[in-house]
Amino acid sequence: MATIPVDELAIINRFGPHLSAMTGTRLSTSVEPETLVKTHCCFCGQQCGIQLKVRDNQVIGFEPWEEFPFNRGMLCPKGVKRYLQGSHPDRLLTALRRDPSAPGGFAEMPYEDAIARVASEIARLQSAHGAGSIGVLSGASLTTEKTYLLGKFARVCLKTPFIDYNGRLCMVSAGVTNPWADMIGSAVIWVAGSNVAECSPITTNYLWQAREQGAKIIIQDPRLTPIARTCDLFLPVRPGRDAALFAGVLQLMIGNGWIDRAFIDAHTTGFDQVAEYCSQWTLDKTAATTGVPAASIEKAAALWGRSPSGFMLHARGIEHHSNGVQNVLGSINLVLATGRIGRPHCGYGTIVGQANGQGGREHGQKCDQLPGLRDISNPEHRKYIAGVWGIDERELPGPGVDAYEMFRKIDAGEIKGLISICFNPKVSLPDNSFVTRCLEKLEFYVAIDFFLNDTALHADMVLPGSLHEEDEGTVTQVEGRIIKINKAVDCPGEARQDWRIIQDIAAALGRPHGFTFTEPRAIFEELRIASKGGVADYSGVTYEKIEREMGVFWPCYANDPKTGEPIADHPGTPRLFEPGSYNPIAKGAGPFYFPDGRARFNVADYRVPADDVSDEFPTFLTTGRVVSQFLSGTQTRRIGPLVNQYPEPRLELHPRLAASLGISDRDWVVAETRRGTMTVRAMVVNTIRPDTVFIPYHWAGKKSANQLTVAAQDPISKIPQYKVCACRVRRADGPPSYDAALEPQQ
Amino acid sequence: MKPEHLHFFIDPSRCIGCQSCVQACSECDTHRGESMIHLDYIDRANSVQTVPVVCMHCEQPTCAEVCPADAIKRTADGVVQSARKPRCIACGNCVVACPFGVPEVYEDRKLMMKCDMCYDRTSVGKKPMCATVCPSQALFYGSAEEIALLRPMSEPINRFQFGQQTITTRVFVMAPRQFVRLAPGLDVTAVLDTRPGQDVFDHVEI
Repeated sequence: MATIPVDELAIINRFGPHLSAMTGTRLSTSVEPETLVKTHCCFCGQQCGIQLKVRDNQVIGFEPWEEFPFNRGMLCPKGVKRYLQGSHPDRLLTALRRDPSAPGGFAEMPYEDAIARVASEIARLQSAHGAGSIGVLSGASLTTEKTYLLGKFARVCLKTPFIDYNGRLCMVSAGVTNPWADMIGSAVIWVAGSNVAECSPITTNYLWQAREQGAKIIIQDPRLTPIARTCDLFLPVRPGRDAALFAGVLQLMIGNGWIDRAFIDAHTTGFDQVAEYCSQWTLDKTAATTGVPAASIEKAAALWGRSPSGFMLHARGIEHHSNGVQNVLGSINLVLATGRIGRPHCGYGTIVGQANGQGGREHGQKCDQLPGLRDISNPEHRKYIAGVWGIDERELPGPGVDAYEMFRKIDAGEIKGLISICFNPKVSLPDNSFVTRCLEKLEFYVAIDFFLNDTALHADMVLPGSLHEEDEGTVTQVEGRIIKINKAVDCPGEARQDWRIIQDIAAALGRPHGFTFTEPRAIFEELRIASKGGVADYSGVTYEKIEREMGVFWPCYANDPKTGEPIADHPGTPRLFEPGSYNPIAKGAGPFYFPDGRARFNVADYRVPADDVSDEFPTFLTTGRVVSQFLSGTQTRRIGPLVNQYPEPRLELHPRLAASLGISDRDWVVAETRRGTMTVRAMVVNTIRPDTVFIPYHWAGKKSANQLTVAAQDPISKIPQYKVCACRVRRADGPPSYDAALEPQQ
Repeated sequence: MKPEHLHFFIDPSRCIGCQSCVQACSECDTHRGESMIHLDYIDRANSVQTVPVVCMHCEQPTCAEVCPADAIKRTADGVVQSARKPRCIACGNCVVACPFGVPEVYEDRKLMMKCDMCYDRTSVGKKPMCATVCPSQALFYGSAEEIALLRPMSEPINRFQFGQQTITTRVFVMAPRQFVRLAPGLDVTAVLDTRPGQDVFDHVEI
């Protein structure tokens, strides 16, 4: 019965989001910390090293960690204020059960009783409707240990195929070939669809430093973001037209001979088909389709094509599309056509959005994968993992479905019970009124979290989980560097480390086999074995090695993949696809992960986005982040100084569009799509295409941009099309009703 | 003492407006909860350009010259400090006089406070908090040799013209090399009259 128990405002009043502030010890200028704990930021995929100041089991501040090589002390405002998520007035200190008679709609419950109730509800639903009636939604901000355990929990304990994670919305297309330091010395860096300054701020200094050493910076974005302001070439692409732009640029490069024929012949296949496809993308057609001036397209082709080295970076801007995989393949074609891979200053990377973008995907919580980037449909892979887990391979479920499809299965009545952790789909999924309707259909919903997130308002049971600083484990950051998260404080009240909660549920279900770990290190040791022989091989990684080396790049082998001989201390693999390198798929045939060792060109087919603009909805809507907020805001909308920096969503529009609609800066405006409407204040700026408006997505309820977005997904990656849909905008008659009722962050 | 060979450099062309410096400044142990950095958009309607302003630590600080209570002191190593609490009368002369707009009077404590280049950190060999965290390194702290090596496209300047007044500062601003070759100082008053460049979206139809 997953309807919201009482009026939403009553729940917000009781459980927040309220703001934390610098008060007491955290404002004192005379209190010294007892310890400084070296760990990492809890937010984005950059995973900056940071030292937390700890006193009396409380994180009271931070000190930069200048020795950590990736960020060398640098932090964005989220990292600076991340410590204020601890000791928070909204922190869940006990288990809760849905109770419309309780203040705020939820009553406290002893932890053990809550675990027993969760287990009995799972058992009841599974015996009535089968193992697959339970779904698990997890997240990529969790440590790799937790994500590994959750994948195992779904398949071994619950025996359900239905587990997927919020990386589906994020780095499902992610990969990276080189450490970021390789950018310095590169002749050209192309950043496609990444608001680096706000979404991955630490990458900024790498770009600027590369420029000081001679790199030209190309930025492809519908908005003139801070990183685009001083770039060498700005490609103001029309939303949803990235594949066309890449094809047009490659066509110019082929025509001018700005390609590396020797590399293409020796190390790739499929170029001829790509060249044939691109031949239709004449300069005129490309300019007309993409909205990028022809002269800029020519300049991009010359800059990228004629440089001796280059680095291609992209992020959600080209990935969040129903044609996202084709956009990505288009960018990879530019890399392969110039042979810029596997060398210093030559590489390719997806700037991942979440802390554990890579580790959180590679080890088993993605619906079609098993640990080590293994394929759950591959008989050999299944056999190996079943062996590690001590179960019969036939008991291992097959592939499940992506996170959004799980909601469609809830809607169809197939999934009746849901366990969620580290995922706030009511804010983060597109067309979220559909998500709300699905949540209301659930027979049983248990949420594990440290705050009552917006989706957990629907929960029957809430289990109090752990903050980042209350546990240890590993994550794999943007460069593919495995790093160590260290525990700074104990969980308060009845809150528990998440992996303990999962194991407690398994025990209460009477299915404890494989869920009796006593510490994260023990989970990691099993993960090392489970990943061994897979593409993402972590078998040579130890906690000690991570701390000693300040991170280890995967793959890192315990046994030589070529000879099978033990390796005492494999150094890890900072740069993938180096000439002469060995991998377990090519087996020496070449550096790329295909049986013939050759990289693949793929025809990257441009398609018009789903829900494209029309007379009825003439303006593009695109969504994204602001620097002071993170994802669905469960944490950052509770940190006072971050909320103050950018309190509420605003709709950015160009002065020419604003003038045509009679809108002035700070006016209340209504944005409307085929899914819904929302009222926000306007921000009139000439740093966005005049045919496009932008709304950041971090807020909930009536302030959620995902009321408007379209649930169209890429057919291969299943990533949703957040970055473009058709909308219309008008001046509102007055402020929305929420304006007087809610604080900015609520 | 602040090590003599270490200096503060500002490169506004790198600034991304993230406010990391502002947020980190308020974590300083000597003025926790208050930030001494000003980070402003020049003209947000027309540009995302932002400029971080820390105290420039003038050779002859105007703030100290106009202080009727002699409350603003400069250390032997050239750091202009916040007003001395027993002396400051919170008159605000310094606020009005500072050409860079740095000092602020905190009415609740009747005191002028401003950036002191993290004297608690720099005097023991650490970098100032803002320059440590700055993700774009628009704020940089290091030696002249380091900055020359790291920033070959620009040069540090520390002479600024405000109408009739010439100010020399301990903090440097990085300026493009070709600019410095033409004029070794920056005429701030003249720069104030320039506006961000043209609209890059002129070609886009609604």
